[in-house]
Amino acid sequence: MDAPTAAAPTMNMASFAYVRTAPPAAVSPPLATAGVLAWFKDRLFSSAGSTSMTILVALLLMWSVPPLIDFLIVDATWTGSDREACLPSPTRPEIGACWPFIGDRLAYITYGSYPIALRWRVDAFFAMLTFGTAWLLWLEAPRRDIGAVYFFVVLPVASFALLHGFTPMGLVNVDTALWGGMMVTIVVAAVGIVASLPIGIVLALGRRSKMPAVRLLCTLFIEIVRGVPLITVLFMASVMLPLFLPDTWSPDKLMRALVGVALFSSAYMAEVVRAGLQSIAKGQYEAAHVLGLSYWQALRLIILPQALKVTIPNIVNSYIALFKDTTLVFVVGIFDFLKTIEAARADPKWSTSVTSATGYIFAALVYFVFCYAMSRYAGRIEKRLAAGEKQ
Amino acid sequence: MSMSAGAATDTPAVGITGLHKWFGEFHVLTDINLTVGRSERIVICGPSGSGKSTLLRCINRLEDFQRGEIVVDGMLLTQDVRRVDAIRREIGMVFQQFNLFPHLTVLENCTLAPIQVRGMPKREAEQRAMHFLERVKIPEQAGKYPNQLSGGQQQRVAIARALCMSPKLMMFDEPTSALDPEMVKEVLDTMVALALDGMTMLVVTHEMTFARQVANRIVFMDAGQIIEINTPAPFFANPQHERTKLFLSQILH
Repeated sequence: MDAPTAAAPTMNMASFAYVRTAPPAAVSPPLATAGVLAWFKDRLFSSAGSTSMTILVALLLMWSVPPLIDFLIVDATWTGSDREACLPSPTRPEIGACWPFIGDRLAYITYGSYPIALRWRVDAFFAMLTFGTAWLLWLEAPRRDIGAVYFFVVLPVASFALLHGFTPMGLVNVDTALWGGMMVTIVVAAVGIVASLPIGIVLALGRRSKMPAVRLLCTLFIEIVRGVPLITVLFMASVMLPLFLPDTWSPDKLMRALVGVALFSSAYMAEVVRAGLQSIAKGQYEAAHVLGLSYWQALRLIILPQALKVTIPNIVNSYIALFKDTTLVFVVGIFDFLKTIEAARADPKWSTSVTSATGYIFAALVYFVFCYAMSRYAGRIEKRLAAGEKQ
Repeated sequence: MSMSAGAATDTPAVGITGLHKWFGEFHVLTDINLTVGRSERIVICGPSGSGKSTLLRCINRLEDFQRGEIVVDGMLLTQDVRRVDAIRREIGMVFQQFNLFPHLTVLENCTLAPIQVRGMPKREAEQRAMHFLERVKIPEQAGKYPNQLSGGQQQRVAIARALCMSPKLMMFDEPTSALDPEMVKEVLDTMVALALDGMTMLVVTHEMTFARQVANRIVFMDAGQIIEINTPAPFFANPQHERTKLFLSQILH
């Protein structure tokens, strides 16, 4: 701006000042950046490296997917009452998955040796659990506070009465040695999930406490449990727990495993929650305190709601890991879902060359469905959180 | 005007005598003596790191101190948690970073403490909150979440939230420093209105126009000490200490 001189400001004004008088017309994007072809070019074949990766992945899929579909669907046996149906014959040289085996053993895989006449109690437990889970996971659900009470208080008590038995209500006791299958897997996972969050929160708070004794205790617990494989914790719970308890009160095998799983998952949950607590700015604590809220009020009303919200994806991740880890309870002699499949595949009635493969693939599919559902849910929550604080 | 009226009524709002504070080896506050009268407005200014914020934070015990005495509304500040909570209830504080609760709506931000701390019925707390939101001129934002508001609006909510607890003293810790320039005025206007209503105020700020307009006294701090205290007119026209002169020459253009 050196051209205009002080002598002639009015004259030069027009050439230097600019005011838009009409809005610019909207212009649609060039064709090459939109549409299906552009997408293919952009995402799959944009460079030599990208093109070779695309071809490599396509080959990998062509090599792996068709045989899998053949085994699972095309060559699979769908009906039959024993091994005869799943044996190769001159007319059927290729034998795929033996699905009648799963159908035949489904009740065992689901309930274990739970008395057949009482299996309605397990079904009732499944129904109550599904209801409670849906209530808690559906964020727009009405009265989620009651839902939480239902899930964390009513459900555990009711489940115990239903599954284990409660004689005053006419529910005869069923020894946990008879429990098995999916029901045990779900019980172990549910106990781990329900117990680990509150215990984890307490441990995380303890580890951040200003009191050295509390901090030391919580840190020791977390680090020791996290420094040991779950299988060791299970063995210890199974063998050592009775040593610490009076002889008269010897908990059964399943109970010991449940304690082990709950403690193990709590230690991991504590670290997840601690990360969430650390993400809360100091100003939030200060704002709560200057308003006169006590430590516990600040924690309950300000800090935890925010900390837990940002950690939901990580919490769900822990739950996914926990759900898969439940398979380890078989080492202390508990018949979980995978172990019942193990047992079922040894049944001479269904002894064929494809029985084991069928059983394991079925197990994998079931675990995948559960874990993928949890993962998708966490993903959705994460997106929602990223979108902002709109609740 | 109100300064003399305030001085006449019984105990001062805040009395600080011989206050010393160290951060480890570092002497942050050195021999601070300051009395804040009822309805008095005091502006504290000084270069950054001079201990202004730390002084405010000692008064409501967000920071502890090693020597000296602070009396708030006749109550001696001690380590006792209940005493600290009682004193905090009498002091409203507004932070540089607003520190609103992002998971609560504007209205919930304002009603939380009255309901939880004072045991006020929800309906009454909401009426009060709306009253103060009207006073800071944003009642229409009551249902929104803090992140949906501009910085200036958030800071006004923070002021309303503090007022909902009916504090006897309001402390402001650089309330406009985190704001975009065009939002500073709306917050300062709110604070001026508050001052005109006779609120006792302790304000750490660099807004010298505000200080000139509102303060009864201006406190200048440097290196953890109070260097100079004076009423606005002589403070700006005729600063006594060299450091005050230097500071004012840098901040006033």
